[in-house]
Amino acid sequence: MENLITVENLSKKYSSIEAVKNLNFTINENEILALLGPNGCGKTTTIAMMLGLLKPTSGRVLIHGQDIEKNRISLLHKMNFISPYIELPKKLTVKENLIVYGNLYGIKKIETRIEYLVEKLRLSEFIYKKTGELSSGQKNRVSLAKALINEPSVLFLDEPTASLDPETGDFVRSFIEKISSEKKMSILLASHNMNEVKRLCKKVLMMKNGLIIDEGTPDNLINKHGKKNLEEVFLKLNRNKNEL
Amino acid sequence: MSFNRVYGLFLRHFFLIKGSLPRILDLIYWPTIQIILWGFISKFFSAYSDYYNNTIGVILTCAILYDFLFRSSISFNMLFLEEIWSRNFTNLFIAPLRISEIIISLVFTALIRTLIGLVPAILITSPLFGISILTLGIPLFFLFLSLYIFGITLGLFVSSGLLRYGPAFENIAWSSLFLLAPLGCIYYPIEILPVFFQNFAKILPLVYIFEETRSILVNQSVNYSNLKIAFGLNAFYLTIGILLFYTSFGQARKKGSLINIGE
Repeated sequence: MENLITVENLSKKYSSIEAVKNLNFTINENEILALLGPNGCGKTTTIAMMLGLLKPTSGRVLIHGQDIEKNRISLLHKMNFISPYIELPKKLTVKENLIVYGNLYGIKKIETRIEYLVEKLRLSEFIYKKTGELSSGQKNRVSLAKALINEPSVLFLDEPTASLDPETGDFVRSFIEKISSEKKMSILLASHNMNEVKRLCKKVLMMKNGLIIDEGTPDNLINKHGKKNLEEVFLKLNRNKNEL
Repeated sequence: MSFNRVYGLFLRHFFLIKGSLPRILDLIYWPTIQIILWGFISKFFSAYSDYYNNTIGVILTCAILYDFLFRSSISFNMLFLEEIWSRNFTNLFIAPLRISEIIISLVFTALIRTLIGLVPAILITSPLFGISILTLGIPLFFLFLSLYIFGITLGLFVSSGLLRYGPAFENIAWSSLFLLAPLGCIYYPIEILPVFFQNFAKILPLVYIFEETRSILVNQSVNYSNLKIAFGLNAFYLTIGILLFYTSFGQARKKGSLINIGE
C-alpha cells in the first residue's frame, strides 16, 4: 500500500513555546489514522501544518510525495477539511455554499457533484435553506458535503461528530467508513470520542505536549497498557506525568 | 431587574475595550477627525466665501467622488470581514486559492458593491439639486479610476492588517478613510492646511484628484498633469499594498492566524 501522507520531523515553535515536537508518521492509502490527545497537545497545529495553513518551524509534510510547502495550491485540490470550529457562510443557502466551493475547487460538473452529495448525505430537505438556519446535525452534514465536493484523496476530520446526537453521529461515522473505503481515501481523524476512534481507525497516535507518546492499533494499545478500552488508555497516558 | 446581570453585561464590553488598544483609539479617533475636517472646511469658507460661484455643485460632486473612494475601500474590507464574521476564513484558505486570485476577485466584487450603492445617489442629485456629475466630462472616468485604485489600495493595506492581526484590526478598516479626509483636501485647496500637514497631503493622490475636480468645475479647464501625478502615486501605493498583502499572508502562516481568527 502506498504512503499517501508522510510527516517527517515536523515541529512548530511559537517564540518560546514548542507546540509540536519532531513528529514522524505516515498514513497509507485507504487508511484512517487517529490523532488523540488532550486539548492543547498539538493536534490542531499538526493538522494546520499538514493543510499548509501553518508554516512548520522545521520538518516537512509530503502528500502524494510532494512537499505541501512547495506545492500548496496543487495539493489543496486533492485535500479537504472539516472542523466544528469553522463554518460556512450562514446567509447563503446550502446549495449556494456548495456551488461556491465547487467553483473554488474547480469542479467541472458542479450540479452533478452536488446532486450526488445531496443524495448520499440526505441534504434534499434543506438544500434551499439558509445554512445559518440549520440544526447542528444538518450543518455537520453540509460541512461534510463541502469537504467532499472535490473528491479529496486526503481528508482531515477534526472532531467530526462533536455535539451531534447519537443517531446523526452514527450516520456520519457510517458515511465516513463507507466513503473512505469506496474512494480509497487517507483520513486523519482528531477526536475525543474513543468509540468512534476504535470503530473507524486502524492506527492511533497518542499525543501529549506536542509529542507522540504512543502509537499502535486500538487493540494493541488496549492490550499493551492492560486496560479495558481506549478511553482508559487515554486517561492513563495523560495522567501519568512521569511518562514523558 | 438584577444589578449583577446589568453589571455583568457591562463588564463583557468593558473587558473587550480595556484589552484592546485599537478599540480605545477608535473611540477617541472619530470625534477628533470630524472636528479637524469640519474645522478646515469652515476655515476655507470663512476666508474664501466668494471663491465658488457654484458652491453646491462643487461640494456635491466632491462628496460623490469621496463617497466612491470610501465605498470602494470599505467594500474591499467588508468582503474580507464577512469571511471572518461568518467563521469561513479557514475554509477559504484551505481551498486551492492563490493570493492573486483572492485580490482580483475582491477588486471586481468591491467594484460591483460600490456601484450598487453609488449609482442611485448619483441619479438623485440631478432632480433634487440640479447637479450632474457628468458635467466633468471625459476626465470623470479618470477621476473615478484613480479613486478606485486608491480605494482598493487602502483596502489591501487594511486587509493585510486583518490577515496579520485578526479582527482587532477591524476598526482601522472603518477609520482609514476618515483619517485621509482632512489631508485629502476634498472640499478645499491644499493651501488651507497648515504647512506641516501640507507635506503629508502632497504624497496622497487624493489632493491631485480633488484639485483637478474643483479646477474643472470652477475654471472649466482640464489639467492632466494632476491626474498623471495621481496615477503615478497610485501605482506606487498599489505595488506596496500588493506586496504587503503577500507578506501578511506569509506572516499569518507563520503565526497561525489563519487557523483561529476570532474575536
